[in-house]
Amino acid sequence: MVCREVSKTFYERDETLAYLPEYRGLVGRWRYLRTRPTPVRAVDKVSFEIRRGEIFGVLGPNGSGKSTLVRLIATLLLPDAGSVTVFGHDVVKERLAVRRLINRVSVEASFFKKLSALENLRYAARLYGYPPREGTEKALDILERLGFNRRKAFGSLENLSRGMQQKVAVARALFTSPVLLLLDEPTTGLDPRSKREVQDFILEVRETHDTTVLLTSHDMSEADRLCDRVAFMDEGRFVAEGTPSELKETYGRPGGDGTVSLEDIFLEVTGKEWPGEEDV
Amino acid sequence: MRKEVETKAERAGRPSLRAELGAALGFVERNWYLTKRYFGWEVVFLFYTIVNTLTIALIGVTTPGEAGPKVLYLVVGGLLWGFLSVIFHDVSESVAWERWEGTIEYTFMAPIRRLTHLGGMCMYAVIYGLVRSVVVLGAVALFFDLDLSGANLVGGLVVLAVSSVSFIGLGLIAAVLPLLSTERGSQATHIMEGFILLVSGVYYEIEVLPSWLHPFSVLSPATYTLKAVRMALLEGAPLVDLFPFVGRLLLTGVVLIPLGLLVFSLGENYAMRTGKLKRSG
Ligand SMILES: Nc1ncnc2c1ncn2[C@@H]1O[C@H](COP(=O)(O)OP(=O)(O)O)[C@@H](O)[C@H]1O
Ligand SMILES: [Mg+2]
Repeated sequence: MVCREVSKTFYERDETLAYLPEYRGLVGRWRYLRTRPTPVRAVDKVSFEIRRGEIFGVLGPNGSGKSTLVRLIATLLLPDAGSVTVFGHDVVKERLAVRRLINRVSVEASFFKKLSALENLRYAARLYGYPPREGTEKALDILERLGFNRRKAFGSLENLSRGMQQKVAVARALFTSPVLLLLDEPTTGLDPRSKREVQDFILEVRETHDTTVLLTSHDMSEADRLCDRVAFMDEGRFVAEGTPSELKETYGRPGGDGTVSLEDIFLEVTGKEWPGEEDV
Repeated sequence: MRKEVETKAERAGRPSLRAELGAALGFVERNWYLTKRYFGWEVVFLFYTIVNTLTIALIGVTTPGEAGPKVLYLVVGGLLWGFLSVIFHDVSESVAWERWEGTIEYTFMAPIRRLTHLGGMCMYAVIYGLVRSVVVLGAVALFFDLDLSGANLVGGLVVLAVSSVSFIGLGLIAAVLPLLSTERGSQATHIMEGFILLVSGVYYEIEVLPSWLHPFSVLSPATYTLKAVRMALLEGAPLVDLFPFVGRLLLTGVVLIPLGLLVFSLGENYAMRTGKLKRSG
């Protein structure tokens, strides 16, 4: 998977302005609509390459552009400039071909929450071209491996814990056998135990499937544990890239206890303190 | 290893009609699951529609003159509007609904053609609308003694089938609005639905409308559907007499469906350029 000088800018009007007295009323509203939307460079000339079978981590604080980057690869956003190719297929020109090769997991488990895990998976199977019988069998098989009993598999998804839902999301993404799996903060907001379980699941996937993974996170220890290579993202740009140990060697100044953490490296590279979990 | 890459790359290039058809049925199946899960609401809405149709039909009994044809006139209006508005609504709300559920990006990034996606949604809307209409008709028939002996039922059904095509087209055009604006879009589709109800002569002849509305009546496919179905059921008009209407509806559909698909794909590209599909996460 190759990204070359990819950029994406969003234009947004400041919604809060609309409530100012000078923008009230019809005339005010008209004037408000003529205010210039401010550009936000969500992704700014990002280039990188992920090799087959690799787990590549993109680390960055909230709003640094991780999800936008993932959406550009996932054919959900059109890049303003640059190119993205997924195993030889261009995301703009060969949208359908790319879609057959990828799948994605996002922060919130995006399911029909009133439907059961089985129904959601069956629907996904249909979309990805599996015959109904095969789809159902595969879905049941996956749910069984995740430790679902019948009641859980047939009950509505909204009754499951977030951790469980997220595991179903990873399972759904996998079951289409994607060549490239995009995991956008798959463990954010999970309790430590569920987090660990989802991470274990991702590692297991890497053992058992021939899948390349792009993982975004703002959890440094997660990246350390899962990723072969990581890149730091800040304000839309990649500010450092390498294997965790390379990065530690290049940028690391040991802290008080003589060890270097990825947090220290982020501080070193951007001059910014890594935001703690609470700020997220 | 190498082999695996190639087979997957091959898979990437292979469009399969069977897979597309399967995916379209996937939408039908999914919507059926949703209908089942919200069954309580389905019953409530159905009850409301039945009562609504009955109360309107009862106006035909209370006004002077022979009740039978007037009741039938109003019942046809209620049933048809029920059917057409369900189709319009289901199709036009398909984007808004998935955005609300949070599944929209997953549906849009599925490896299927937009035609397949929307085709599946339309298929379900038509089936759902038909089943509902039959239930409402059954309930109305229990209430009133409808005289359909002289009616051309086949003609009525032909008109209904043809008109659903043009309503699908209208729905597709409306479905793009929630893509352009998250909240306003959905509001706009409701206004559009109300406007069609107003100008199409669902419960009255369009002649009673103020003249400035007449051009809109002429444009609305529902106007022709209602006229033709009433001719078939109330006057027993033979199929030949219905042809001008059927032709007109068919033409509207043939224009509106490709237009709807085009507008939708333009809207989709716009959403992908501006980030309107979804932003959180
Ligand atoms: N669809 C969108 N429309 C407008 N602005 C957006 C959209 N998506 C993201 N942004 C903006 O782009 C920047 C990067 O956001 P995002 O990619 O979601 O960051 P992250 O995933 O790292 O938290 C933020 O300033 C965000 O407000
Ligand atoms: Mg994000």
